[in-house]
Amino acid sequence: MGKNIIIVGGGPAGTIAANSLAKKLKKEEASITVIDKTGKHVYEPGLLYLTFGEQDPKDIVRNERDILNKKVSLIVDEATKIDTKREIVELKRGDKLHYDYLIIATGARLCPEEVPGMKEGAYHFYNVDEALKLKDALNKFDKGKIVIGVGGVPYKCPPAPAEIACFLDYKLRRKRIRDKVEIHYLSPLPRIFPIESIDPIVKEIFDKEEIKYTTFFNVESVDPERKEVKSLEGETIGYDLLILIPPHKGSKVIEDSLLGDRGGWVPTDRYTLKVKGYDNVYAIGDATDLPISKSGAAAHYEAKVVANNIASEIKGNESLDKYNGKVVCICDSGNKAIYLKFDYDHPPKSTRPRWIYRLLKLTFNKLYWHTVAKARFL
Amino acid sequence: MSEEPKVDRLIDARNTFCPGPLMELIRAIREAKVGEIIGVLSSDTGSKRDIPLWVSKTGHKLIGIYEKKGYAEIVVQKMR
Repeated sequence: MGKNIIIVGGGPAGTIAANSLAKKLKKEEASITVIDKTGKHVYEPGLLYLTFGEQDPKDIVRNERDILNKKVSLIVDEATKIDTKREIVELKRGDKLHYDYLIIATGARLCPEEVPGMKEGAYHFYNVDEALKLKDALNKFDKGKIVIGVGGVPYKCPPAPAEIACFLDYKLRRKRIRDKVEIHYLSPLPRIFPIESIDPIVKEIFDKEEIKYTTFFNVESVDPERKEVKSLEGETIGYDLLILIPPHKGSKVIEDSLLGDRGGWVPTDRYTLKVKGYDNVYAIGDATDLPISKSGAAAHYEAKVVANNIASEIKGNESLDKYNGKVVCICDSGNKAIYLKFDYDHPPKSTRPRWIYRLLKLTFNKLYWHTVAKARFL
Repeated sequence: MSEEPKVDRLIDARNTFCPGPLMELIRAIREAKVGEIIGVLSSDTGSKRDIPLWVSKTGHKLIGIYEKKGYAEIVVQKMR
């Protein structure tokens, strides 16, 4: 009888793992099931483009069923508890599913309520509804001060706030109102960009385009009435429109199953991607506690490693892959982009912004659905 | 060198570049209780400059930087 592989979460990590496993294993070797709360798959790098009207919701949201290999079963329901002692996942509707292998791909949860005043006083673009609200607000905004900050760490895609600052600058210039709008970026770090070797290039763009910035500004609270944002470091800055990356936490099912650390992130081995203390439970994508960027690229490479290793084990092979920390990232500034590639052993190299990298990203945004998500080619 | 303190939480951020060891420390400090001691392992030489700077700006306490083979353990106490 085949093994039961349960994957909790149908984002990029869970989907790529499921589709890779389906390609490697015969039906009689394993049954593969994805449990997903919504049944919708969101291509989150597209949220930036949605905010600026370059993509529509239909471009970045698809039915999970349409992406999954036919050999993979999809259950649209919420996993409410993972019982690792009995090897069971409990669902909201009451079903209990036994697993031989479990892949936790439950992603990150947005928690704007963790920053006092954020819900009332700030916009963000980390889901479709909020990105559309920000889009409307930006379309109406014609003069004043736009402040961009980070409400908590970790958050998905560390370069995203610097990316939206550059994007905003470019779009406002195109609208010929840049001289009426001040852009002020609040970085949680002592520099603008998270990666030190790339920071001088981004700083050059900020200086040239007159994007103001304050470093060491970790947002503590927002005062929506006074239109001020305060930092842990003790500074206060006023705004007319505030864009704040919301704090992130691990998924509720991880917290409720007592599988996470204080932030709800799953303690995971950085090479094997096994959940610490378990041999048949893996964690991939944003759900892990790994100190690497929470990004689709990391999720993609992790999913491939875990799928290879589970399939090898089921087939009785001994060769096992290790995740090497690989991340590939294209940071788009609106008209040009920076291409970054790094892993545990190779730091990112300094690179100039080029339009060709932007073209690569725009092409990838479309190809994602037919290649990476379906575990084809890449 | 004085004896290394016992940490309540140890973060292994060696050989990671984005978001980097300081961001991992900020996360841990936000999650910690006042008085708790956090250790960060970092192979990034910039951490030895950035972390003490942030710690002094935010009123926490740098307990020490302990050099190891190819990395440093930077130990910080949450003060407020």
